[in-house]
Amino acid sequence: MKQSLINYIFQLADNKLILGQRLSEWCGHAPELEIDIALTNIALDLIGQSRNLYSYAAELEGKGRTEDDMAYLRDCEAYRNVLLAEQPNEDFAYTIARQFFFDVYNHLFHKELVNSKDEQLAAIAEKSLKEINYHIRFSSEWVIRLGDGTEVSHAKMQTAVDDLWDYIGEMTTMNETDRLMLAEGVGVDLNKIRTAYFHKVKEILAEATLNIPEEEPFQKGGKDGLHSEHLGHLLTELQWMQRAYPGAQW
Amino acid sequence: MVTINKIWKLLEQVYDPEIPVLTVVDMGVVRHINPFGYGVEVVITPTYSGCPAMKSIEFNIIAELEANGIHPVKVTTVLSPAWTTDWMSEEGRRKLKEYGIAPPIPGTNAKRIEALFAEAPQPECPHCESKETKLISQFGSTACKALYQCNSCKEPFDYFKCH
Repeated sequence: MKQSLINYIFQLADNKLILGQRLSEWCGHAPELEIDIALTNIALDLIGQSRNLYSYAAELEGKGRTEDDMAYLRDCEAYRNVLLAEQPNEDFAYTIARQFFFDVYNHLFHKELVNSKDEQLAAIAEKSLKEINYHIRFSSEWVIRLGDGTEVSHAKMQTAVDDLWDYIGEMTTMNETDRLMLAEGVGVDLNKIRTAYFHKVKEILAEATLNIPEEEPFQKGGKDGLHSEHLGHLLTELQWMQRAYPGAQW
Repeated sequence: MVTINKIWKLLEQVYDPEIPVLTVVDMGVVRHINPFGYGVEVVITPTYSGCPAMKSIEFNIIAELEANGIHPVKVTTVLSPAWTTDWMSEEGRRKLKEYGIAPPIPGTNAKRIEALFAEAPQPECPHCESKETKLISQFGSTACKALYQCNSCKEPFDYFKCH
């Protein structure tokens, strides 16, 4: 039970750290100043949420590891984030599409997680949800603005949606850890939020005048440690300091 | 034996590192004070999950209390109930405005944030007190602020968003 709970926490925390790291790559490079600040604010929220989760996992584990050990000293296969989170930024349309697909899930997921029997997870969820409310609004509005915008922004948004579509099913697909935690009353029933997820995604894409891809999103593996090539490159940058100078202190 | 009142008074000397006119008491981040013997446990709650000021707030609380002979000082962080701008003191709101940051307008959070393209709250300009202001971005210079501009004096300003 304890190990499953720790694995479950990694699934949640790794999504937030990895996506937060991706968003941080925009720092100083976004299309305009306000967007630069918005993306890095969202990154900060997500990384902050992951810290709360890693600290909790470290405490449960009781082996003296810290939140930093969790972030800086685990290798690819130990990471449990969904494949969507590690996909590269590409351009602003991809970044917004990825964020939107994730935020819709994250919002529905945390609305359920606040009812978890695990008090600390419920508390982290309650705190996080207030922040996620801002994220989902930001990314949804941008999907609509770009999709229903100019010919160029529409085309770019459509390409991003089509390319990332294959990755969006994994978030609401149960794995062994999800099933165990659901049975304990700790985890969220992903089957329950799956319908609401696709409903919301399609509603916003329709409002954005974008075509909704027809195929079933099939990519998965991240939650079980099977990642795309992108994660290794991301971790190389994220973990460089601790790998080059083990134990370096701020 | 230290009294709870004395500790509250001392905590009124501990300022937020990012908004240096507000104390941790004004912000409402101090939730409980539990004295034990000659020491005390101070229970705090973060404003935002990623707020980088929390660690330095923790250090500053310990330094201030220990400098006044209270020892040991233990700072415990709790996440629930989640911090809300409703806990900010009247004094804190007044000081924010004087400092040039529009204070949060109660009752403008939660549901209104979820609605897409919803009308943003319209805080009074902290510089010229005009009510003609517009939202530039929901995300500002720190996690707790949104960026606004005044239509009358044209000055940009921060709004401490309702949370």
